[in-house]
Amino acid sequence: MRKTTLFTLDTPYREPLSICAAEFGAPDAPRSIAVVGSTRGNEIQQTFICAQLIERLSAAEERGLLAQDARILVIPSANPFSMNIGERFWPVDHTDINRMFPGYDAGETTQRIAAGLFEAVKDCDFGISLGSYYLPGDFLTHVRVTHANAISDESLQLADAFGFPYVVSRTPSSFDTTTLNYNWQVWNTHAFTVLAKETDTINQRTATYVQNGILRFMNAMGFVQSRSMGGSLAVHIDESDLVDVRSESAGGFFLRNVESGERVVEGQTLAVVADGFDGHVRETLRAPVTGYVFFSHTAPLINQYTIAFKLVPEVA
Amino acid sequence: MIETVFSAELPVGEHLLIQKNRIVGTGGPGPRIAIVTGVHGDELEGQYVAFELARRLKSALHLLSGTVDIYPAVNPLGINSIQRGMPLFDLDLNRTFPGNGNGPMAETMTAAVMDDIRGADVCVDIHASNIFLREMPQVRINELSADQLVPLAPLLNVDFVWVHASATVLESTLAYSLNSAGTPTLVVEAGVGMRITEEYGRRLTDGILRLAAHLGAWKGDFYSAPEPIVSHDGEVSYLNAEHAGIFLPRAKHATVLHEGEVVGIIADPLSGDVVEEVRSPRAGLLFTLRAYPIVYPGSLLARILGDIQ
Repeated sequence: MRKTTLFTLDTPYREPLSICAAEFGAPDAPRSIAVVGSTRGNEIQQTFICAQLIERLSAAEERGLLAQDARILVIPSANPFSMNIGERFWPVDHTDINRMFPGYDAGETTQRIAAGLFEAVKDCDFGISLGSYYLPGDFLTHVRVTHANAISDESLQLADAFGFPYVVSRTPSSFDTTTLNYNWQVWNTHAFTVLAKETDTINQRTATYVQNGILRFMNAMGFVQSRSMGGSLAVHIDESDLVDVRSESAGGFFLRNVESGERVVEGQTLAVVADGFDGHVRETLRAPVTGYVFFSHTAPLINQYTIAFKLVPEVA
Repeated sequence: MIETVFSAELPVGEHLLIQKNRIVGTGGPGPRIAIVTGVHGDELEGQYVAFELARRLKSALHLLSGTVDIYPAVNPLGINSIQRGMPLFDLDLNRTFPGNGNGPMAETMTAAVMDDIRGADVCVDIHASNIFLREMPQVRINELSADQLVPLAPLLNVDFVWVHASATVLESTLAYSLNSAGTPTLVVEAGVGMRITEEYGRRLTDGILRLAAHLGAWKGDFYSAPEPIVSHDGEVSYLNAEHAGIFLPRAKHATVLHEGEVVGIIADPLSGDVVEEVRSPRAGLLFTLRAYPIVYPGSLLARILGDIQ
């Protein structure tokens, strides 16, 4: 393993921002894969997953288990600058680096950061980013493919190799066209976004679960010999198949009865919204279908018109 | 009449309200004109326009034919808490239009705003710059809407009209969505974030009245500014910082520079050195100038419109 610096940026009053990668294999190897942990400062779990992945890949390298004709890049954080001061976005102008791809090396600061990262990973055959969703909450760990172009169909099939329970296909909105995942596909990289359950807290058990999935994928694609435990037969769903449960009539305290991953039956109470003044139940959120909790709002407070749950219907 | 366009209950004893002031003239029927501002919570120049326009219209309702709807705050929580975006929501609100009535609260809100404005005869969406840059009054037009909007833009009393290239990511703005829905919408940029420049506000207010007069809705007085410059992307140069430090402008905003003229310097307070001297790459109008001193490599310092005498 070599620790390499992919990009640096001078900053006023602080040390330069450095985007560092763990590099395995020859720089000019004919096959390559990149794993990007965080582009936002609160993606702590994503950064932790990559840090431990580097440790596991280093051990595999010492034992001669990495492919000789392949290069692996693992980049725990593309935005340590925000992480070190507890900010999610770029602390100066609150722009989101993951809305700046493919970047522009003569443009604004976050465009330059995105360009610096993208230049290092854009020619990889496979790209895995560990993102977080724009709505705060917990997800059932899954892999998603943004359906950008023709390569996406093949990527959807390859995504089974992670062994996560769900592979989600997403039709991109206009604001998706500046993400890392989308632009990887424009450059003909098979691109996958892995959404781990947590974002701004570390859960060692689920971190290992995600690493196992990434190593299963690397094993299937011939980058590393790994017999990661477990793995599921993936169910493919389109994001539009998910059934939203929203707080329609009230805001207040959010009192949740179920966790992401649980099976729920039609009519089951998922949560209640209690009045912020006297605590009485203002709204009961029930499952409209029998299925599995795919996403759950986790904050203790909830606004009216908030998507509190996303369910995968058990029967399509 | 103050009307509520959208209401959502917040957790503890409060509602998020988007309100508009519907001013109906007594001069007879006429067009509906929508004036929108406050999509970005740190852009306050439009607040003055909302105030001044409502004040002038209310004092002369007999001169108004039709309706003027004024929406001062599409992002009330952002304005209230000095944030560009909406608190607890990741996306720029102006990347969520036309919204989704069944989506998250922010998208439900933008859908309600969109539905309320849709069908107006014309809409003006007033932005300021962010806190980092100072802008001359200008109208920005997506090239896809240029044929319809370029003839209307000079009426707003701006200094120039910038016709820019279309970009997929901009398809989720309020203006793009309304123009796609058949409501002609002009985007105004003027001034600087978190401040109000009354001179610009008065000009824009007169410009809106001039536009209303053009549509047959206003019979009162208004000031007409000289014809603006109409430019395209190729005529605009961007000057970005190459070094970190403090930017000290040396050229005056809204003046014409000659090629090679010093726009400003970047200084290092620790060493006492000037680390960069920023010069104009072409002769032209300095229409954007950095207002916030701290810069990183890449920070936008200035924009210059070329081929100006």
